[in-house]
Amino acid sequence: MLSACTAPQPGAELNDPYEASNRASYVRSVALDRIILRPAGKVAAALPMEITGPVSNFADNVGLPGMVANGFLQGDIAGMGTNTMRFLINTTIGIGGLFDPAGAIGLAEESTDFGETLAVWGVPEGAYLVLPVFGPSTERDAVGTFVDLLFDPLQSVGTMAQLDYATGAKIADRAISRGAFMDTIDSILYESADSYAVARLTYLQNRRFELDETPPAGDEIDPFSDELSLEGFE
Amino acid sequence: MTDQTFSRRSVMALGGAGALAALPLPSFALTGSEAEGLVTSAVAEINVVIQSGANVNSMVNSFKGIFERYSDTSYVAAYALGNDGRSASDAQKSAFSDAFGNYLANKYGRRFNEFAGGEIQVQGSKTVNSFIEVNTVAVLRNTSPFQVDFHVSDRPGRPVFFNLIIEGINMLLSERSEIGAMLDARGGNLDALIRDLV
Repeated sequence: MLSACTAPQPGAELNDPYEASNRASYVRSVALDRIILRPAGKVAAALPMEITGPVSNFADNVGLPGMVANGFLQGDIAGMGTNTMRFLINTTIGIGGLFDPAGAIGLAEESTDFGETLAVWGVPEGAYLVLPVFGPSTERDAVGTFVDLLFDPLQSVGTMAQLDYATGAKIADRAISRGAFMDTIDSILYESADSYAVARLTYLQNRRFELDETPPAGDEIDPFSDELSLEGFE
Repeated sequence: MTDQTFSRRSVMALGGAGALAALPLPSFALTGSEAEGLVTSAVAEINVVIQSGANVNSMVNSFKGIFERYSDTSYVAAYALGNDGRSASDAQKSAFSDAFGNYLANKYGRRFNEFAGGEIQVQGSKTVNSFIEVNTVAVLRNTSPFQVDFHVSDRPGRPVFFNLIIEGINMLLSERSEIGAMLDARGGNLDALIRDLV
């Protein structure tokens, strides 16, 4: 399916049978951004790193037990080990996860989720979806998001503070990321001729890249191929 | 890991880019280190612009100049227009190519403040089909490092970028989708699109 070399847009194959309802959901997501997330991002961007840094660290750290569980389900022993060490070091030496001493010694997060676990298990991507609040997703990733929310091992291994502030920190972290990439996200959401199409293409390409799922789309775009006539453009 | 050294040939090719572009020189085989050199050199120029503290319009102008010297502007424009370019006249294609360069410099130039204080670390390169992919990692404040791949070819007879892949997101594919949507919004009128891109 993805190896069709005559495809006009290699790597951009889309499966979007619910486009009409997705577009409606997308419009609501953008409205939510305009009213809440974007203004919160502005506030976050104005805060000093001494405040936003620890909040982001805390939010990342409380996500680690879930990643360890998914690493286990995927048989990814190395990723599991790295994320376990990160959680232990940052929760203790890193004062409950506010700081990231594990990162400083080269233990970078091996980001994963149940959507990836499903991919490893061979579940196909499914159709493109725009979820309320969560935004761009796929049928497979929607199940992943739901399962990760429902079965979070933090509930059994987290400290009291982690359980109390996990959700708040994750929401704050979203505002911080929104603020850090204000211009890029604005250009997708508000300056594009077809913002929905750009968001869809961006999400799917990035997700397939994270999951190592497709041959890099760019490989087939080659200036020496005869597919495109450059006459007149020179 | 990072190859900062330039072969004499790549320095000459870069330095004489303006002159070379006009000459139908036979293309030489592009090497990985030349492609890496191109990335290092372009990133250095972009950093100088970012750190200059100039106003946004003047920065955008500088980025347009860098884009023209370092990238395959004809190919990038032709790809972005795609099949919609088939029925265009040479005058339209040439006008589109120029307007598209302005549009890119504006769109991406205004975002460079997000890259202030960051750096691009060249990790290495590999040959893909008939071009070279230079793998780099962007290390920015506020976010985990992410992968940026530059696609470099010598199609015009000198090393140039023609595509950029950021964490799997392909710039040429995105721009083709965007240009297609902009054309649709103008009922397929290419002249109107060219006017609006300038």
